[in-house]
Amino acid sequence: MACCAAAAGAADRFITVASTTSTEQSGLFGHLLPVFEKASGIKLRVVALGTGQALDMARRGDADVVFVHDPAAEEKFVAEGFGLKRQEVMYNDFILVGPQADPAKAAGNDILEGLRRIAASKSPFVSRGDKSGTHAAELRYWKSAGVDLATTKGPWYRDTGSGMGPALNTAASMNAYLLADRGSWLAFKNRGALGILVEGDKALFNQYGAILVNPARHAHVKQADGQAFIDWIVSPTGQQVIAAYRIGGEQLFFPNAK
Amino acid sequence: MSEIAQSLALAGELVAAGDAKLAAIVWLSLKVSLGATALACVLGMPLGALLAVGRFPGRRSLIVLFNGLMGLPPVVVGLLVYLLLSRAGPLGSFGLLFTPTAMIIAQTVLITPIIAALTRQVIEDEWREYREQLRSLGASRARAGRTLLWNARFSLTTAGLAGFGRAVAEVGAVMIVGGNIDGVTRVMTTTIALETSKGDLPLALALGAILVAVVLVINAGAFILRQWAERRWG
Amino acid sequence: MHWLELQGLGLTEGATRILSDIDLKVGAGRTALLGPNGAGKSTLLRLMHGLLRPSVGRIDWPQPLTQAMVFQRPVMLRTSVLANIEYGLALRGVPAGVRRRKAQEALARVGLPELAQRQARKLSGGEQQRVALARAWALEPEVLFLDEPTASLDPASSREVERIIGEIAAGGARIVMTTHNLGQAHRIAEEVIYIEGGRLMEQTATDAFFIQPRTAAAQAFIRAESF
Repeated sequence: MACCAAAAGAADRFITVASTTSTEQSGLFGHLLPVFEKASGIKLRVVALGTGQALDMARRGDADVVFVHDPAAEEKFVAEGFGLKRQEVMYNDFILVGPQADPAKAAGNDILEGLRRIAASKSPFVSRGDKSGTHAAELRYWKSAGVDLATTKGPWYRDTGSGMGPALNTAASMNAYLLADRGSWLAFKNRGALGILVEGDKALFNQYGAILVNPARHAHVKQADGQAFIDWIVSPTGQQVIAAYRIGGEQLFFPNAK
Repeated sequence: MSEIAQSLALAGELVAAGDAKLAAIVWLSLKVSLGATALACVLGMPLGALLAVGRFPGRRSLIVLFNGLMGLPPVVVGLLVYLLLSRAGPLGSFGLLFTPTAMIIAQTVLITPIIAALTRQVIEDEWREYREQLRSLGASRARAGRTLLWNARFSLTTAGLAGFGRAVAEVGAVMIVGGNIDGVTRVMTTTIALETSKGDLPLALALGAILVAVVLVINAGAFILRQWAERRWG
Repeated sequence: MHWLELQGLGLTEGATRILSDIDLKVGAGRTALLGPNGAGKSTLLRLMHGLLRPSVGRIDWPQPLTQAMVFQRPVMLRTSVLANIEYGLALRGVPAGVRRRKAQEALARVGLPELAQRQARKLSGGEQQRVALARAWALEPEVLFLDEPTASLDPASSREVERIIGEIAAGGARIVMTTHNLGQAHRIAEEVIYIEGGRLMEQTATDAFFIQPRTAAAQAFIRAESF
């Protein structure tokens, strides 16, 4: 069996990238992959999970590179010795989507105030609940807003434990509020009566980072090819490819590698 | 209702357009599920025959166990196989995770109990009819089991089709062990899940219609083949 | 000299006593097992052949003899007539070429050589039963057990089956047959074993049995069956 797996690998050069559902669903990889493959001859096999799951997968050695958006969790990952170095790649922003009728009067450009109003009015709110980057951000905002979820949680707070797409579907059918990333929202087709209610708050900044899985921890990690991908994506060429990705004329991700 | 009509029209367009990506996804679904079915038959049918004609301690508990395993949730099977094949797991060094091979393994684990349980039922019925005659002729239980497996070959195709149906329709196992990687491990069911996530419900429904059509064609083919074979070889 | 002895044989299933206190020495070349429905004839036949194990008592073969059995309903595999006959031979380890030849000979002896490649389960009841006889005959058994072999057949097929049984017996095989058909028993058997209620009632030469059975039970039976 080992020879069959090796033979299949010899036919294409590839690396396994653990990334997030929101990045996958925005369509970025569909746009990025062909360009990178053409330039390097290396194929990207992207497995899309929540950030938490993606990092766990990398801890088990099942990926060569992680590409997620939760700086705190990423730093922890590197500190624990599972990753070599965290490099910033691009950012986009989170948005609060919700029913256009806006019963909680959350609209505006202050996310914390918006969340406070939602909690106060007990309007339906859908949470990712899946240890994803988006979920981690959501929890940070509730905390900063001074809302203690443990005490104020009620039937209005729907913890779905699902990826970005399914959460959006759920929010659309329940006419609920939801924290999403702009990329997934722009690519999402089943919006129902939802619209963007809060955007532009500096706090909604969402940073993406790439990390090579530590070969010292997992000897089989494809260090050279994995590093080649990271080098490319922070290079001016790669950064330009990221910036060029648009949906309906709108740019989704903003390169900011140092 | 109009959504369904819209999706069926879309399905027709997709098939007529002969989209290469769609063809590849359908082909992979068939490869994985037919492969798993073949493997599960090789493992499950002799097991089912053994359970039907054998006599050994714990036989009845095993029968109950396999009947119960028919209801194994695909996502649980996926998780177990993932843990086995993960680099951190016992079989990690084979590097099988996120490959079609892993998907075949997971689906084989999923449907072997179904095929074994259905085979046991079929062979048990055969055994009731043939038992005295075969024993009179001097057949050992093992020999009788083999003879009855061949003898019941037409009824056993139903067991095979049941296994195939379960495999090709599941998404939980192949999603976890395959990773739904575009161009590598993306099959019909994971594509439908993905398009649903992206909110493209008409496309998801259209793909669903295509999947159902493919399964129907295969079942029809198997039916016709069986009728013909039964007429020729009784 | 008897070739099969049953000592104190009994069979109980759950709470039901199916057979009890069977003491029997079988020495005739052709034996008929007679008795009313539910008497235990078929059970006794199966015990003799080894398909059932007794609850008490012993079955003793002074000399081991090869056996075969034909059942009331012919049980054919889903394959050709010839393959069905060859199956028994294959179980005995007979090599392929020899198997085919012996099977064809047996099929010819029962008068159905043209049916060799036909699907066995598609034949008529009478034809299938003759194939079952051919299958048993091909094994060259020293004892042939038959359980009501013509009960499901029309008169013409029954006569043909009786003829074949006669030929098998003429070839030297010992016959033990259960039957409901008194005329058949009279035609085929040398000796009658009469069973009622799971007990052995009498063991008598055929002619004597039909002229004047020794037991009242047997007398009642013959009178009833003759109507």
